Amino acid sequence: MAAFSIFNVAGSAMAAQSQRINAVASNMANADSVAGPDGKPYQARQVVFEYAPLARKANASLATANLAGGGLATQMASRSAGLGGVRVSSVELSDAPARQEYRPDHPLADEQGYVTFSNVDPVAEMVDMIAASKSYEANVEVFNTSKSLLRKTLTLGE
Amino acid sequence: MSFHQQALGLRAERQQVLATNIANADTPGYLARDIDFSATLAKATAGKAAPGPLALNTTQAGHQAASGAGLSLGADLLYRVPTQPSLDGNTVDMDVERVNFADNSLHYEASLELLTGKIQGLRLAMQSENS
Repeated sequence: MAAFSIFNVAGSAMAAQSQRINAVASNMANADSVAGPDGKPYQARQVVFEYAPLARKANASLATANLAGGGLATQMASRSAGLGGVRVSSVELSDAPARQEYRPDHPLADEQGYVTFSNVDPVAEMVDMIAASKSYEANVEVFNTSKSLLRKTLTLGE
Repeated sequence: MSFHQQALGLRAERQQVLATNIANADTPGYLARDIDFSATLAKATAGKAAPGPLALNTTQAGHQAASGAGLSLGADLLYRVPTQPSLDGNTVDMDVERVNFADNSLHYEASLELLTGKIQGLRLAMQSENS
């Protein structure tokens, strides 16, 4: 039933935002981790969101038939469905330069005395976390509002 | 009764569109959508909406037309004109969407109340007097 797909929409957004918060947690935990034995420091993870049209049986064949046509065709397919949630398309590694500190007495320092830390920017991560939690809250609100409206609809006429 | 049914169906559809916008508030390149409520409702109540998948055929003069519009109101999904487009091409303005969502929820509830009142009125009229 169409009315219940709103839960899929809000639920997919909550899942995606919580994955974003997970990535932030991983990044923050590794903010001060040093390059391991392989010489590669931790790289900050970033989730990339993607619009995920709701799969409807009637439109599924249309969407796959149009896939070869490229961007416009998929746009039209999603327009006929019109609605959709969000999904995490990929988790990208940040290629920002790694932070280096001069610590000659550190056991993992290189010949010049520099220690390579992860490339995590803690301030940016905190901002990302706040944004993600606000988006999550908004979707919880959507979920709860829709739930109470549907519950009222179920008791229509009483 | 039919008017409120159409309005309620359209409100439910718009609720989903707005939920999609809120869900995709952080998706790069997503364009916010909405439907023109009053125009679509006018079209639906005038019977000009595209017949839904449950439309009934009328083969006799006495048959009543039922468009089955409850499943497909023929709402045209439009794109919102962005006031503050962001760098990643996303045009969702969270404040606008949340205000619209709250407004739509309230209107949905109002339509629901009106329908409830009508149903209760009909039920009252159908009751025998001595009960």
